[in-house]
Formats: sequence, structure tokens, C-alpha cells
Amino acid sequence: MSEGTMSLTLKVWRQKNSTSKGEFKTYPVSGISSDMSFLEMFDVLNEELITKGEESIAFDHDCREGICGMCSMYINGRPHGPKNAITTCQLHMRSFKDGDTITVEPWRASAFPIVKDLAVNRSAFDRIIASGGYVSVNTGNAKDANDILIPKEDADEAFSAAACIGCGACVAACKNASAMLFVSAKVSQLALLPQGKVESQKRVENMVAQMDVEGFGACTNTGACSAECPKGISLEHIARLNREYFSAKLTSNNV
Amino acid sequence: MSNKILDAKVPEGVLETKWTKYRSTVPLVNPSNKRNIEIIVVGSGLAGSSAAATLAELGYKVKVFCFQDSPRRAHSIAAQGGINAAKNYQNDGDSTYRLFYDTIKGGDYRAREGNVYRLAEVSTYIIDQCVAQGVPFAREYGGLLSNRSFGGTQVQRTFYAAGQTGQQLLLGAYSALERQVGMGTVKMHARHEMLDVVNIDGKCRGIIARDLVTGKLERHFGHAVLLCTGGYGNVFFLSTNAMGSNVTAAWKAHKKGAFFGNPCYTQIHPTCIPVSGDHQSKLTLMSESLRNDGRIWVPIKQNDTRKPTDIPENERDYYLERRYPAFGNLVPRDVASRAAKERCDAGYGVGASKMAVYLDFSFNMDRYGKVEATKRGLVDPDAKTIRELGKEVVKEKYGNLFDMYKQITGEDPYEIPMRIYPAVHYTMGGLWVDYNLMTTVPGLYALGEANFSDHGANRLGASALMQGLADGYFVLPYTIGSYLSNEIRTQSISTDHEAFVEAEKAVKERLEKILSIKGSKTVDYFHKRLGKIMWDKCGMARDKEGLEWAIKEIQSIQREFWSDVRVLGDANEFNPELEKAGRVADFLELGELMCVDALNRNESCGGHFRTEYQTEDGEALRDDENFAFVSAWEYKDANQFELHKEELHYENIKIAQRSYK
Repeated sequence: MSEGTMSLTLKVWRQKNSTSKGEFKTYPVSGISSDMSFLEMFDVLNEELITKGEESIAFDHDCREGICGMCSMYINGRPHGPKNAITTCQLHMRSFKDGDTITVEPWRASAFPIVKDLAVNRSAFDRIIASGGYVSVNTGNAKDANDILIPKEDADEAFSAAACIGCGACVAACKNASAMLFVSAKVSQLALLPQGKVESQKRVENMVAQMDVEGFGACTNTGACSAECPKGISLEHIARLNREYFSAKLTSNNV
Repeated sequence: MSNKILDAKVPEGVLETKWTKYRSTVPLVNPSNKRNIEIIVVGSGLAGSSAAATLAELGYKVKVFCFQDSPRRAHSIAAQGGINAAKNYQNDGDSTYRLFYDTIKGGDYRAREGNVYRLAEVSTYIIDQCVAQGVPFAREYGGLLSNRSFGGTQVQRTFYAAGQTGQQLLLGAYSALERQVGMGTVKMHARHEMLDVVNIDGKCRGIIARDLVTGKLERHFGHAVLLCTGGYGNVFFLSTNAMGSNVTAAWKAHKKGAFFGNPCYTQIHPTCIPVSGDHQSKLTLMSESLRNDGRIWVPIKQNDTRKPTDIPENERDYYLERRYPAFGNLVPRDVASRAAKERCDAGYGVGASKMAVYLDFSFNMDRYGKVEATKRGLVDPDAKTIRELGKEVVKEKYGNLFDMYKQITGEDPYEIPMRIYPAVHYTMGGLWVDYNLMTTVPGLYALGEANFSDHGANRLGASALMQGLADGYFVLPYTIGSYLSNEIRTQSISTDHEAFVEAEKAVKERLEKILSIKGSKTVDYFHKRLGKIMWDKCGMARDKEGLEWAIKEIQSIQREFWSDVRVLGDANEFNPELEKAGRVADFLELGELMCVDALNRNESCGGHFRTEYQTEDGEALRDDENFAFVSAWEYKDANQFELHKEELHYENIKIAQRSYK
């Protein structure tokens, strides 16, 4: 167990609600242990703020094990901070040095309005899923699970897409605030599996249309989304989405 | 205390046909009437999402509430290892009966036979349903589904998706839910927290919810209300639960008449990453599936400070294999946790805190490496090559868990054994429900971890996902008909009804009270104090003296909380501290009831271990003559609870001292 010896300067975005103007505020923190997670460091800061009579900093978080996708801090210009393939909650203070200044902002995208401080509204993602990110199968309609044979490679590839946690880091990382990586992960997962094939044309058209309605930007294949994705979702899924989309557009009358 | 006997309403008849027969005779609601019936679902985890989607598919009008920003974030998402189903795909002797038997035995003979058999029966449909939704379970090269083993069983019946099974199952249920949202049959209310239930003329008719963004209190009517709000492990402050997991919805229901079943049955999971310091906000589980390939040991000498890799084989004590040769490292969770505590308390623990044991993969990495070498036709490969090949196999199975461990501890588990220690993980207790999953308040149901029903005094690994989805997809949608078929003439009740007005007023006053205290201590200060008492006195080992002390101490913390807590900001805005304060206030009341229940149960069973009641070799000693019942507590007034009993009858299983030797 290491003693808490680090001192840091935090510049944190404070904004009362979606309509008010925000600003950076500077907070010194000390007694930080390298074993702490980044969010535990925020817990320490918030306890201090409350004790001093200042309102704590609002931030989204829940599982704190990198899977729920709720935490969403933009740290020193990178979604989820300096390390690759982890969420903010999995970032530990051993990734920083004593004396560092750390800038923390919310996800910035017009499709993700700020709720308060570092918390944003990502319900646009839910609406995209509601537009087609599913297989239309009511409970009770299923046949025996082993009646559907799926090559291991396809199952593994579908799983690698399905690993998306819907955190929105891809949008935050993109200069156009595009949601292509998020949308492609679901399109790709279901396009790879026989269960999802039946509706694949309609799905990709509807989900892309909904993405546009929500105000996400266009994809220019820069790849920042994939580079910053805590689950390492590959750009290949965007390529697969594009193939699905173009073939759907050429052959269907759906949307 | 009175001893009223509760009726669980388990159908008569032979075990194997109870459910089939009941399902075929339970009253139905016809499709045109379903369109007029409104159902409220609180919580969007496996139980909530699956129930909401299924009920909407059937034609009911459904409203769903969750406190997170999206229903996809519910804590079911964090379940790692897998989901059980009696498919017998491995041809290793599995059957509905065997899953039923393992679950009853695993629960230390404190679960209801009828419910558990039904659970085992519907388990196979769950896998079918999830595959049909596109859940990418692990597969073999032939394209068939793959299985692995979990604790307390001798068959391979666990289906999995790497170490992210809960995520994949929840995303399946979430997509089914969002499909209904898109069709307009479900109205989703994210970032909303239920703060009370509303009863009218003895029936549950709605809820009061707070919009967490605006702080506005809302009234919602429903012909029935389903609480799918998970477990209460966070009463211990440190647990593997998500930070937001709480007992509030269940506790409000309890205070409005729903009995609380077996509150003291807590599952302490044996394989978690040990506490690293006072700053710790939560604990992280390392999936039980790791016990398929990891061997648990401590040094044979006390206070051995050598590096684990420097300790030779003959100076290691593989204590689970030694004590329980038949099940070895795959004994149930309660047994494995107590055994780890026993070794650490006796001075054999490892790591800086000495409160940890090793979980070592080297043996099986080498075993897999040799198999791989043979497959590739390598002749006399050296140890390094074997280890490298073995690492690849282990990586394929548990890669994300190893990465997570390394990220948190800074140590590489491919090179040195993991250090693990038990941590609070799941609560078998919960709202008491009958066979229909209805609480003691008509029209109020509890599903998934929020109810007490299927796991007795200890839950087997990979059974929580099974129960959540069984309740939501395949049980409640049928059983709710027996209530709603009598409600088809009930018109929607206006939320101007005085019961709604009064409930909202009480919620508002409570929030204002919390904000008005302006004391000197933070919410976390109280939560941590409560957690320490619960862990020390109502955790892995309990005794009469400690529990009596804990009850008094918790009552004094309750008083202190209501006179000295400091919550800033106001009620009409996004205020996470205010949310937390309300939840901790409820945990403070629940913690007391857990101790009361633990004190009342003068026996040891499953996760409830009273040190006064143990066998000579330190195993839990049940008292079937006096305690073969479910404790269902009724809330009478502050600090006053009345015990009711549901007698447990075992007609199909011979009740016996549990043995995994």
C-alpha cells in the first residue's frame, strides 16, 4: 500500500446546467496515492469541497470496473485520459506525476448536451439503438440455441463489435463529433450473425438516418475514435457499415 | 414477535409438472384489455429490461425507470463469468433435476423447492432467446456453443461471452427494450429515481419518481408495479456493486407494507482484488470462472514474505484441494470465502496487508501449453515455449480479466499469481415474494436480485443472470396474469388522487429535511462508518454479542446522520450528493434489519455464518428443526420489525448436511 504523496493541480470544467455558461476552475489536491483511481481522486476532492462548503463536482460514474460506460471525462485533451484501451474509472494515479496539472472537461458534442459540470446527456445513443439496433424476435419465439451454427471466427468478430460500452468516447475524440464507430459496432455485430441478417438492410439505413437526425457529424475515416475507444473497437466495423449501407442503398426501398 | 405463517402459493402437484400446469391454467388478460393496462417497471437490468420488453410485446403499456443515463448501464452489465442452463450440451449428465438439486444444495437448503425447479426448467429457454437476439456467446470451432464450469457443480453448464457475459446479456435485453421504445409501447424514463410507492385501497397503484436532472417530483400511475432494482450489497460501503446500486426502491416498498425476506443472507465472493487503501471506493471482482484454471494457495509457513514464484511446490498449501478433494477449487462461494478468511486469520495471508491468498494460473498454463505443443507437432518443446503457448490459451479465455487485474494492481498475472480476497458481491435476501413474484402488497412485484426467492442462503455462480432473465422473460409475464385478470375493469387512477398527493408531499419533505440539516459530516463519512460495522459484525462471521452491539451502534449513527449530515445544493437541480444522502439514509435502516435478522437466526447456513454454530471442522452448522423457514420481516415503525415465517418443506430432496468433500 503506497502512501498518498502526490500533489496535483486540477483544472475542471464547472457548469451549473445545460443553459448556463461554463468555465474552468482550478483546484489543488494533495495526499493522492498512486494506487487511487482517477475517480477516487475526484472523490477526495469532492469530500474536501463539501467540507469547505463548496458544491461537489458532478460527474457520471457507476460500475467503476470499465464496463457500464457511464464515466466520461476528457482528460488533458483525450477521452478517458492518457492510457489506451481503458475507461476513466480504470485510469490510476500511477499514470501521473507529482506536480502535474490535469485539465478535465466533459465530452464536447452538440448531440451530447451538458447536464452539469462533467456529466452529459447521451440519450441520442439510445434513440439510435431504438431505430434498429436489435433483432426483431419476441420472447418465446426462439428455436434451440444450437440449431444455429455460427463459425467461431464470425462469433468472435461479432463479439469484438458487441464489446462496445456506449460511453461516447468515439464522439468526443472525433473532430466532427461523428458517431460512426458506435453505430458501426452494432450494425457490424448483427450483420455478422445469421440472426441479424434478415433485417440488415433496413437496420443500417434506419440507424444511419437516426444518427444524422441526432446531429452527429460526418465520418472522415481519421481513426481517432478507434484509437481512443476504451474497448478497442476496430475501424473495420466502419468499413463493414459502409459496405452494408451502400449495398442497402443500391437495392432497397426502405428509407 | 408473532409467528404468522406466510403462504407462498406454490401450486399443488408433482414438482416436475407444477409450472407447466400452472402456466397453462393461470388466468389470462385478452389482447384488447392489455392495451388499457399500464405497468411500471423500476430498474432496467436483466430482470427489468427483459420483463419490460416482454410485457410490451404482449401488448401492455409499459413505463420503465432507471437512475442511470441509459438503461444499458444497469449493474447486470458487470457480471463476468456466465449464465447457467440445463442444456446438457456437453453430455455430462446435466438435467433440469440436477440444476435444481445443485441450486437447493448450494443454497444450503434454505430455498423454496417449487421456485427453484421452475428456474431450472426455464433456464434452457433463456439461452435460446438470447442467441436469437444475437448475443455472441462463446463458440467451438464446429459452430456450437461452448460451456465451462462454475462452483458447486460437477457439470459444464455455464454459457459465456469471454468475461463479459452480463454485458452481452444485458445488451440483448436492452436492445429488445429499445425496440419496444422505438415502437412506442414502452416509455423510458432514464435519470429518474423512484422515491416511493403509492398504495390505494390496499393495492400498489403507482410510484413517486424524481427527475434527477431537474429535481422535479413526478407521479406515475400503474395497474401494477415491478421492482427490478437489484441488490443491497452497498450497505457494506465496499462491495463489487456499482456506486449507484442501492436499496431505496425496495426499502420504500418495505416501509409501505412489503415484507423483507432473509435480509441477513449476503454473498461474500471469494475472488476479488484486495483492498489497497483507505481511499478505496469499491472492490473489483475477478470472475469465479477463473477457478476453472486458477489454483488457490497460501504458503505452508506463516508470514512467508518470499515472492510467490520463489516458493517451491512442496511449501505451498492448496487448501481448497486439501480440504475439499471432490470439488477442489470449485467449491461454492461461501465455502471458498470462509476458507480464505480462515487461512488469513491464522497468519498465512500474503501481500502487504496479509489479507489475501494466491490465485495461480501457472500450473494450467503449462498444462494447456503442452496440449498446444502436441497439436502443433512440436517435439520436446522447452519450458519457455510451453508457457508461451499456454499463455495464449489463458488469454483467449480470460484476457480482459487479466488486463483489468493488471490495470488495478500494477502486477502482471501472467507472470505472478493474482492476490485475491473475499468481498461483498450479492444479496440473496430481498423483498419476500410468492410463487407469482408478488410481494405482500397486492400489485407490487419484485424480480431478480431485488427479491429473495431462488438462492436460499447462498447463490451459486452464474445463477444470478439466469434468475434475472428467468423472472423477466419467462415467469412474471405469465404469473402477472393472475392479478391483472382481475384488474381489467380498473380505470387509470388520476395522479391527483390524495394518495399520490400525500406520497409526493412526504418525499418532498424528506428531501428538504436532508438539505436543511447543514451539519458537519459528508454522506460518505456515514456510509463508511456503517460499512465498517456491517463488515466487521455482519460480514463473513457473525456472533450474538457483535450483532447486539452493531444494532445499537447503527441506531446511534442513524440519529447522528439526521442531525449532522451536510448536503449542499438544492432539490431542484442535478444533485448527486442529495441522491446519495437519500440512499445512505435507507442503508442505515436496512443495516439494522440485517443485524436483527442475523441475530434472530441461531444457526449457520450458506452465507450466514454464526461462529457459535459450526461443526468441528469449521463448516456451517444448520438447525433444520428450528430454522427451516424464510424470515419475512414486516416494518412496524422506526427500529421496529415483526417477524413472519414461511416454512420450507422439502418433498423432493433429502435435506442433509452439505458436503463438498
